[in-house]
Amino acid sequence: MEKDNIKKASEKTETKKSSAIGRRDVIKTLATVPLLGAMAYGLVKTRKNVLLDRDISDVFQLSTKNAVFLQPLENGKQIRIGLVGFGIRGKQLMRALGFAEPSYMDSLVKAKEVNPDDTRYDVFMEQGNLNVVINGVCDIFDVYSESAQLTGSNIKREGTNGKFGPLPKRYRTWQELVAADDIDAVVVAAPDHWHGTISIAAAKAGKHVYCEKPATWTVPETYLVRQAVKESGIVFQLGHQGRQTACYQKAEEIISNNLLGHVNLIQVCTNRNTPNGAWVYPIIEGSNPQTIDWKQFEGDPARVKEYNDYMKSFGLERYMGPEQRDKFSLERFFRWRCWWDYSTGLSGDLLTHEYDAVNQIMHLGIPASATSSGGVYFFKDGRTVPDVLQTTFEWPDRNLTMLYSATLASSRNRGKVFMGHDASMEVSNILSITADSDSERYAEKIKQGIIPTDKSFFTYVPGQSKVDAVTSATELYFAQRGLLYTYVDGKRYDTTHLHIREWLECIRQGQTPSCNIDQAFMEAMTAHMGTRAYLEGRTMYWDREKEEIVRGEKS
Amino acid sequence: MENNYTKAQLTWLLVLRTFIGWHFLYEGMVKVLNPHWTATSYLLDSQGMFRSIFINMAGNAGTMKYIDFLNEWALVLIGLGLLLGCFTRLSVIGGILLLLLYTFSHPALIGVKYMMAFEGSYFLVDKNLIELAALGVLFVFPAARVIGIDHFLVRVLPVGFRKFII
Repeated sequence: MEKDNIKKASEKTETKKSSAIGRRDVIKTLATVPLLGAMAYGLVKTRKNVLLDRDISDVFQLSTKNAVFLQPLENGKQIRIGLVGFGIRGKQLMRALGFAEPSYMDSLVKAKEVNPDDTRYDVFMEQGNLNVVINGVCDIFDVYSESAQLTGSNIKREGTNGKFGPLPKRYRTWQELVAADDIDAVVVAAPDHWHGTISIAAAKAGKHVYCEKPATWTVPETYLVRQAVKESGIVFQLGHQGRQTACYQKAEEIISNNLLGHVNLIQVCTNRNTPNGAWVYPIIEGSNPQTIDWKQFEGDPARVKEYNDYMKSFGLERYMGPEQRDKFSLERFFRWRCWWDYSTGLSGDLLTHEYDAVNQIMHLGIPASATSSGGVYFFKDGRTVPDVLQTTFEWPDRNLTMLYSATLASSRNRGKVFMGHDASMEVSNILSITADSDSERYAEKIKQGIIPTDKSFFTYVPGQSKVDAVTSATELYFAQRGLLYTYVDGKRYDTTHLHIREWLECIRQGQTPSCNIDQAFMEAMTAHMGTRAYLEGRTMYWDREKEEIVRGEKS
Repeated sequence: MENNYTKAQLTWLLVLRTFIGWHFLYEGMVKVLNPHWTATSYLLDSQGMFRSIFINMAGNAGTMKYIDFLNEWALVLIGLGLLLGCFTRLSVIGGILLLLLYTFSHPALIGVKYMMAFEGSYFLVDKNLIELAALGVLFVFPAARVIGIDHFLVRVLPVGFRKFII
């Protein structure tokens, strides 16, 4: 009560006084204004720190343009697809085409229920419609074949209880699928020893081809695939989805702007440490000699002869088999990557991704030479392909070496690094550049303390437009954890989907895909050189005129 | 009204208000002056029960432009208001709202790690919350009506403004 009275009284006084503002009132009113001056001083200093000290545009010129992807035509014609091979990769390619197994959809829904941050379901549902229809599937394992049919009919991306479209036709042999009139384009996801043969037949039948890597299993068939694709004029895309990685396009620009100085050494690696990563895939239930067409698994007799001839004529029998080719084996069927009889080993499976990325970024072409070493050092499970492999590729005309270093039994992270005289660049889903402490180009900026040398000074994150300043600690933190790149234009994307989309759009628009037959030829030959160098224990050379692999002296 | 405060009370209320105002204004101006600044990474680093809301905000580049603009200029205006003692109560309310948002995005929880780690050890109560409480004190002791631009405004603006504005 008393308080209220005081309050009212004081308000009255204030009102009375309001008409007469004296000097004391002015001082009381503006007492804190001088503080703004002090603040302004601090801000001027800060602004200098924030802007000037990070500006490197005079020594580091890079455009602000983001990655470009071939955009789909509106009202493009529907493309009728035939799929060969519905194993691990075949399933992934079908998802990239927009068709997932209903059980897979169930698992995504469940994963989202358990963890609301698991966005895989939303990402898949948002994945663009490619306007394709799956008209035929072929897998020589009944369980996979039936699953592929069901998946091809899952046109609305539904779970087990969903409504499905018509089942695509199941073909018992890939030959029948390739010959079918209602198929325009073939996706080849069969094991390595079938890639070339199916690609050649499909091309000859006028079907467009998306073939998983590596392009070929034997050296001789590599020429035949190129010839068949070129003569038929079909659209061929090799399955290196890394081509759609936004960072690789930026890396290409960085190299061509000479921002690393002369690149003299490139290190690319495979770092895996799980049975699955080492190709010890699960044996699927329901697999037996009745449900698997082993005869077809053995391979194309022409290819097998090329393989046998090569291995025998160079005394490499110890790498063949050890089981007879016609002997049914579930291990060999599901884990075929472990044996040269079907596989291209680390070179074909994993080096090819690395090489193709480097070739995309630096346009190196086929190396002048390859030297390999390694062995089966960890997975003593009867495999013939090595689990540790080092291959050095030389490009004397470009004055550089690429070292591929792989192990399947240690996941210590070693990145894809381009080492130049002025800086080194590491590329993955993001890209970061570290200045060399002995750099000439950046010497002045390093001296001024603007460019650090103990950590990367520039990080490119797709979708981020800023390219003229040193990357801040916060940006780096997120870049390193890959938290930002998943959102490009507000949408997360999958590179395999983009790679298939590019292939389909090239078919519709009469263009050439990024990983076309010429790139595929380089990829296959480079991998074969590495493999032969390992098997034969000597350096392999590339005769550019004759387009032939030439052996060096045995060391 | 000025008679209601002792000199010491007035002094410490003034110090509290100018310090908080200074802090807000500087934070805001640094962001305004840096064209590269964005709250995206801060929001992506959110934890706690509202995490997904903040992360979704950060995922949309269009929305982020407005969020960044609003955050920067709210900090500046609140800072100016407190520092000069101008529309103090309105500034205090704005400040409390901002600090609440920061707290929801980066709650001080046990076992939760942030990119920009707190420089001390906190559980539930962190410096943002203490600043928020201090703003609460400034709301109930509107001493800017004694020293500050509100000293003038309180005479010229209608009485209705006193409740939440000055």
